[in-house]
Amino acid sequence: MTEFIVNQWWLVAIVIASLIPLVMRIVSAGLLETLRTLDRRWIFLLLLWAVLIPIYFIGVTGRTFPEVPSVLARATFDEIDRLNPGDPILLAFDYDPPSEGELGPMATAFVYHAASKKLRMYFMALWPLGAQMIDNTIAKVITPDFRDLVYGRDYINLGFKSGQEGVIKVVVTNLRELYTTDSRGTAMQDIPMMEGITNIQQMKVIVSVSAGYPGTKEWVQYAVTPFPSLRLVAGATGVQAPLLYPYVPRQLPGLLGAIKGAAEYEKLVVDAYGGANADPKYLEALRRMGPQLVAHLLIITLIVVANVVFLMDRGRKR
Amino acid sequence: MKQTGPLLITAAGGFVLIVAYFIPFAQNWGELAAIWFDILAAVAFILGGGNLLKTHLKRISDRARGWGYSGVVVVSFLATLFVGLVKVGVNPSAQFPDFAWSGQYRQMGSAFWYLFQYAFTPLTATMFSLLAFYIASAAFRAFRAKNVEAVLLLGTAFIILLGRTFAGVALTSWIDPDVWAGFAYFTGLRLENLTVYIMSVFNTAGNRAIMIGIALGIVATSLKVLLGIDRSYLGKD
Amino acid sequence: MSSSLKGKGSAKRSIAAAVACAALFFPALAAGQAPAPPSGLTARDHSWDNGTRIDLQWTASADEATLRGYVVRRRSTVETNFSVVDIVPAGTNALTVGSLNREAGHLFRVTALGANSLESTPAATTAPVFPTMEWFDGTRVWFLFTLVLLCGSVVAFIVLARRGMPLTLRRIAGLEAVDDAVGRATEMGRPCLFIPGINDMNEIQTIAGLTILSRVAKTAAEYDAKLEVPTSKSLVMTAARETMQTAFLTAGRPEAYNPDSVYYVTDEQFGYVAYVQGLMVREKPAACFYMGSFFAESLILAETGNAIGAIQIAGTAQPAQLPFFVAACDYTLIGEEFFAASAYLSGEPDQLGSLKGQDVGKLLVGAGILLGVLGATAAALTGSAFIESLVNFFTGTMLT
Repeated sequence: MTEFIVNQWWLVAIVIASLIPLVMRIVSAGLLETLRTLDRRWIFLLLLWAVLIPIYFIGVTGRTFPEVPSVLARATFDEIDRLNPGDPILLAFDYDPPSEGELGPMATAFVYHAASKKLRMYFMALWPLGAQMIDNTIAKVITPDFRDLVYGRDYINLGFKSGQEGVIKVVVTNLRELYTTDSRGTAMQDIPMMEGITNIQQMKVIVSVSAGYPGTKEWVQYAVTPFPSLRLVAGATGVQAPLLYPYVPRQLPGLLGAIKGAAEYEKLVVDAYGGANADPKYLEALRRMGPQLVAHLLIITLIVVANVVFLMDRGRKR
Repeated sequence: MKQTGPLLITAAGGFVLIVAYFIPFAQNWGELAAIWFDILAAVAFILGGGNLLKTHLKRISDRARGWGYSGVVVVSFLATLFVGLVKVGVNPSAQFPDFAWSGQYRQMGSAFWYLFQYAFTPLTATMFSLLAFYIASAAFRAFRAKNVEAVLLLGTAFIILLGRTFAGVALTSWIDPDVWAGFAYFTGLRLENLTVYIMSVFNTAGNRAIMIGIALGIVATSLKVLLGIDRSYLGKD
Repeated sequence: MSSSLKGKGSAKRSIAAAVACAALFFPALAAGQAPAPPSGLTARDHSWDNGTRIDLQWTASADEATLRGYVVRRRSTVETNFSVVDIVPAGTNALTVGSLNREAGHLFRVTALGANSLESTPAATTAPVFPTMEWFDGTRVWFLFTLVLLCGSVVAFIVLARRGMPLTLRRIAGLEAVDDAVGRATEMGRPCLFIPGINDMNEIQTIAGLTILSRVAKTAAEYDAKLEVPTSKSLVMTAARETMQTAFLTAGRPEAYNPDSVYYVTDEQFGYVAYVQGLMVREKPAACFYMGSFFAESLILAETGNAIGAIQIAGTAQPAQLPFFVAACDYTLIGEEFFAASAYLSGEPDQLGSLKGQDVGKLLVGAGILLGVLGATAAALTGSAFIESLVNFFTGTMLT
């Protein structure tokens, strides 16, 4: 840490310089008055540093916090890990670029896990931009690191279909009614891994990575509820995850909530398949836990400070 | 009179679909109606695009405040539309190599792909990440220990905030049966476990209550709309 | 005793997998004799369904007392191999097999699974059975019952309200503040901003939002305040224009209506947010209304509104966004309050009656929860099979 500060003295200087006006205001107006009338832009600046410095620190040192997988992350991992090579698995990527930062790492980990297990991966999207997210994840994981996997034999991108939950209702009993070609326009009958696949019930596990509607909730309501033998695990944004807890564990055996859930799952996957020198792209969520920790601590500090001011003011009024 | 037509269509469509839900022969009518809506919404894109151009061209011609932004909107809209429709930089697909436009518009390396990858993605991600800054400022301003309930809320917030990071693990790692056998009964108090407990019990209970209220509200509102009792969305008060 | 396929598949599959693994890795376990087979297997179409279920029934094996259970297999006439449908515990002699294809006939086999993991010879159906579709889906009869009960209570209270039954409504501060907010904007000479959410017209929240727009627009017309409605969906723009035009007409000021004040921005969530945020910072509206279905943009918009000092009133039925609105807005209509808005604002007996009907629905749900919890607790404490079967009927049949 000391070495980092010494080597990155310029960063420390910038941070200190950016906060000088705030310190001057505290000196001139007093601490209490400054906090009472604190411009929100100071909070924005503090949060920027709280996120940026740990990102830079982890980037330079490569150090991350240790992660202890929770019950739900382990359950998610086990659902996929118990499968045998060649088992079909559906990966529904229902998110878009704005939520990529939060959901991208878990999507990467899911694909890395499935590819390491040599599962047959069927990708689909209910969001228009989900198809692009699928292509990006394939380009990130399968293309460079699993060269032996062949498109059409080991994995396929079925692409986006409009119709929200209507698509789920149809594909769960008849996949071919909506999907006559894959996202590249190849007819289903010409794709080896589509042979014998008629509906989604044939999938051993459904993985839903979603940022909202339509997403995991719809997969629970329209796939798992009418067909309880389906196994569904999900990765969701921090805002969406609380809404999915009611479905755990009967309808949703595994759930990863935001970056924290992704980091726990990432640890399990990398420990099992990544080896000692795992590619940093498979440790993205673990790396993001650093900024998350500092940002959370900052928010806690801000809330405490605001309450101290509030209580002092109230005490004075009495 | 102007409202009678839409009201009749609403009522007929709604009640037919409700009845269809119970008749196996007609159970897919709901999906059919959803597809009809999608077609309508897709056609409405043209309406939206036309309105977008009209609004912003008018602002530019009026030199209204911020008309420069309108210029950016119009140029970006037309440029994206052009490269997407004409498939600039798209190679023909392997299946139909003789047809210049047979490739996908979002093919890797195409102009549309570049716009998507290097303009759209970072711009939308930036907008989303603003949320973190607003959460910080809203927390600073709104979280006040005004009464007992607010104190409970604050305490819960701290547990969740800490429990979702390594700090939670570090702060309560001493509650470990290896440290003292008696701690085996208290591992649920470790912050990371407490977080899961709060989320899956208190949060779930609260969410379910709100969702039940909302579901009943939806039933009553839908019924009012179908029966024509509530016509305020058509402008009638 | 009968058993349903629903909700038990995974546990049974795990048993099957465990049994199969045990037999594979510990051959000693498999030593011994296969149990006596079940007999008299019959398959019949499940009555009153959508043509996807067949009912099986068989006579128990002579070794019933020592069995692990029965393995049920199925194949359609277009398939060559039988596949396991379910493994039911010993003592069960019937099963409803679901998710079947109506176009094909189906053949079934049931074998007894001994404690030593050996299977008996199968009892089999001889002719393929076709599931048939009836005109009414009996599996949804309890849903129909609930629907009639809820809708019936809403309609009944509407009728009672028309007949003059006095109805009182608690005060909803957020709705009472609508007129004040528009009035304040007029005094300050600044516009009002109305955001109808980012979902389309097929979302009931958008419709509920437009009912409030109707009131806001009427007040704005009366006060001669400027009201701007940027929308994220083209159809919402069209509908909002209709709402505004009629509201201005009702207020007696049709000439003040400007269709350009309702306009389309973009379907893209964060593109829309960027526009609205920019608009707020430039125009500094004095009153902002967020009424509809919102997602991650809720706090971004509400905090920006807070920063420019606008009076803010929000209403949504998206539970995840409610805390954000509560933190940043002056008033928030939470879930059902949002849906109650049109009744509250109009004060018509018809609409107020519907709210009372909603309360009856809440009482029914509350009673259901209480019964379920008490029943499940009693079943667990007493171990009574009768109470357990009642609870199972309640949760497995009535509520699915």
